Amino acid sequence: MTYFFWGATIVVVLSIVALLYRLVKGPNPSDRVVALDAIGVALICLVGLFSVVFDTSFFLEIILLLAILSFIGTIAFSKFIEKGDIITRDNSR
Amino acid sequence: MFQVFCIFIPILAALFMPFFFKKVRSIHTGWFVLIVPVFLVTFYATYVPIIVDGDSVISELDWIPSLGISFVSYLDGLSLLFSILISGIGALVVLYSIFYLNRTKEQLHNFYIYLLMFMSAMLGVVQSDNTITLYLFWELTSISSFLLIGYWYNRDKSRFGALKSMMITVAGGMLMLGGFVLLSIMGDTFSIRELISQAPELATNDLFLVALVLILLGAFTKSAQFPFYIWLPDAMEAPTPVSAYLHSATMVKAGIYLVARFTPIFAQSEVWIWLVAGIGLLTLFWGSFFAVKQTDLKGILAFSTVSQLGLIMSLLGVGAISYHVNGAEDTVFKYAAFAAIFHLINHATFKGSLFMIAGIVDHETGTRDIRKLGGLMGLMPISFTIALIGSFSMAGLPPFNGFLSKEMFFKAILSITQFDLFNFSTWSILFPIIAWIASVFTFIYSFYFVFRTFTGKLKVDQLPKKPHEAPMGMLISPLILAALVITIFFIPNLVADTFVKPAVMAIQPYLYSSPEEVNIHITAWHGIHSPELWMTVGVIILGLLMFLCLSKWQKMYNAFPAKLTLNHLYDFIIYDLCDQWIGRFSALYMTGSIRRYLSFMLSSMAIIVIGTLFIKDGFKISFEEASTIHVYQIILIIVLVIGTITTVFAKSRITSIVALGAVGYTVSLFFVVFNAPDLALTQLVIETISVALFLLAFYHLPKLKKEEERTRFRFSRAFVSVAVGAMVTLVALSAHSQKFIPSIAEYYKETVYSLAGGGNIVNVILVDYRGFDTLFEITVLGIAGMAIYGMIKLRLSRKEKNYENK
Repeated sequence: MTYFFWGATIVVVLSIVALLYRLVKGPNPSDRVVALDAIGVALICLVGLFSVVFDTSFFLEIILLLAILSFIGTIAFSKFIEKGDIITRDNSR
Repeated sequence: MFQVFCIFIPILAALFMPFFFKKVRSIHTGWFVLIVPVFLVTFYATYVPIIVDGDSVISELDWIPSLGISFVSYLDGLSLLFSILISGIGALVVLYSIFYLNRTKEQLHNFYIYLLMFMSAMLGVVQSDNTITLYLFWELTSISSFLLIGYWYNRDKSRFGALKSMMITVAGGMLMLGGFVLLSIMGDTFSIRELISQAPELATNDLFLVALVLILLGAFTKSAQFPFYIWLPDAMEAPTPVSAYLHSATMVKAGIYLVARFTPIFAQSEVWIWLVAGIGLLTLFWGSFFAVKQTDLKGILAFSTVSQLGLIMSLLGVGAISYHVNGAEDTVFKYAAFAAIFHLINHATFKGSLFMIAGIVDHETGTRDIRKLGGLMGLMPISFTIALIGSFSMAGLPPFNGFLSKEMFFKAILSITQFDLFNFSTWSILFPIIAWIASVFTFIYSFYFVFRTFTGKLKVDQLPKKPHEAPMGMLISPLILAALVITIFFIPNLVADTFVKPAVMAIQPYLYSSPEEVNIHITAWHGIHSPELWMTVGVIILGLLMFLCLSKWQKMYNAFPAKLTLNHLYDFIIYDLCDQWIGRFSALYMTGSIRRYLSFMLSSMAIIVIGTLFIKDGFKISFEEASTIHVYQIILIIVLVIGTITTVFAKSRITSIVALGAVGYTVSLFFVVFNAPDLALTQLVIETISVALFLLAFYHLPKLKKEEERTRFRFSRAFVSVAVGAMVTLVALSAHSQKFIPSIAEYYKETVYSLAGGGNIVNVILVDYRGFDTLFEITVLGIAGMAIYGMIKLRLSRKEKNYENK
């Protein structure tokens, strides 16, 4: 059973490495943002695997947080790329 | 107790002077001031009978008892003589200044506050037995002298002179403090009397010579000895009463006092004798030689003061010889210290009167330039008489007191030829020769001073004012001093018994046990065969000849190149060296570039830490305590390294930011691997926010300077960064390899539930065991938040308020 988890870990890490290559190389920012988002998901997998390996439930919060952050981060990047601004100014003031 | 308070009477009186000046406009403030020195001189006069018997009086006021520092008023022959000089001439100078300074045009309260401050300081210097308080008062004389020289502060020359004297005397004072501290280390006391009683032991100490030289430097700077005399001629920009008081009679003699006071301690050393006698003689010659060059009346007097101080100093040096001669009280060496003190009194009288005359001439004709003056004898007969008396005394002619002290000076200097220790047998013949030549020049400038001013042709058209005799009030003080000049000639032994002998006893306490034992009797006539008589005759003859053809050879002074003078050296040091060169030096490394400062800081940090690690043999690697390394850790490290390298070598900034974010997330993954869920949570959130902030900052970069270029490679920077990285690695490895004490974490583990009632050990530590740290980290966050808000909202320098209000 342990071998399975270790194998899964290695696969995830390899995918992170591949994504990092895209992050570094990525011809334009959009490629990098997608790579970063995917890395976030891979990290979630990794943390989940670790909590099984270490037999602890303390890291489950991190999984939730990572999911939220990854989402917010991707949204922010996308908005930045599209509008050049993240928080739009309230013009009614 | 009252005696020690007397030192502070002038400075206390000074507090009231602005009140008198502002409220009692009709009376010259000087009249109120006059009470103080008159009281003091009568008070100190009552001590004369005690001192004549060879006793001393002491009165103490504790200041910092735990450090052994106290105000001490110690009155023996030497300090009483100085105290009477200070308060006596102080009274005359105040009286003179009442008529010299205009009541309505001058800032009198300033003047008298400074003057009274100076009087206190000077009394403190001569009466202090504690070296630290002596230094305190010493600096106070420097400061008050600075204020008095710069009294007319709207003149450039006054400010220049004040600064110059301050620089030189304070530099000397600091060195002197060093000497005092060394003395107190050697003798374990601040008291001069106790130091004197330990004199033989002190002489064997290693620090003895250093202390000697440092204290002498203090004395030489204050007493305007070569080469530190240069401040004194520039100090002549002060009002004349100040020049008469500070720069002829009192302050410049503080150095003389110091040398006399410390003679019993340092006279053991040949360095002392050579330095004091040699520098004194050099100053004597130098001052008298250049006095003839001056064209300003006070300039002549300033150089003459320098020269006469050199004379006294050299006598004190010769007087120190008596410590090395058996039965000195019966030999000729005994004369030197006696002559020094006697000449000190005489110099104070005649130089004070001459300065006042120079002030009167300035006041009544509007100029002090000797080339414009002449023929004032008929218009100012009383001033002329006083000037004549003073100058003849200065030149050393009978029947004035200068004659007596000059004869004694020759006698003392001649005695040096009989001294055969310390290589004196080879060089000592130079001493009388230089002294004799200097006396010839003294004779010339004395005549130059009085006859160029008062005889010859009157040049009324060149004078700014129509000359006339000074008011009587202004003449009182110089008249009194001139009368003293003559009186001392006729009753020298009364003065000697009362003042000089007790002072000599203070300088040479090992030779005499009471003033009566000082077996010196002053005589004006030494007999036809005495060498000093013929030396004086020679001085008069040669001096007269040279004075008569002065106009022929005075031009040779212009031949001296201006670049080789000491003043030029001073200007070079202060303005070229300190202002420009040092400025250029700081400009070399203070470029304003933070990058450069950072490289300085980091490289020195790396050098110091790595150096210490290897010098102290602190570097050690052991992997005994290390835990096993797993594959996933290695993978994470590889990711981390790739991210870091990408950050450094990325072409565009956005790549760097993203790579930095990747590094941050990997670190949070590390926290996961190392079982730190709280840290991982926080790290994730913080990393996200900071990446967002970086992007924000990046977006707002000015368009013009957006450079999508990678950082240029510089070898020096690469070297510094590698060094810092190596430093941190080495320190971390060594620190991990040698642990001395076990961790306290066990305590937290055991008590987290039983004492604090929590399950999360990290959170319990943060808010319970060590809640204070958390409190102030919250504060830091709060401050950062407010600062950001303030930086964004508060724009005081912007004037586009309309834009903001839109």
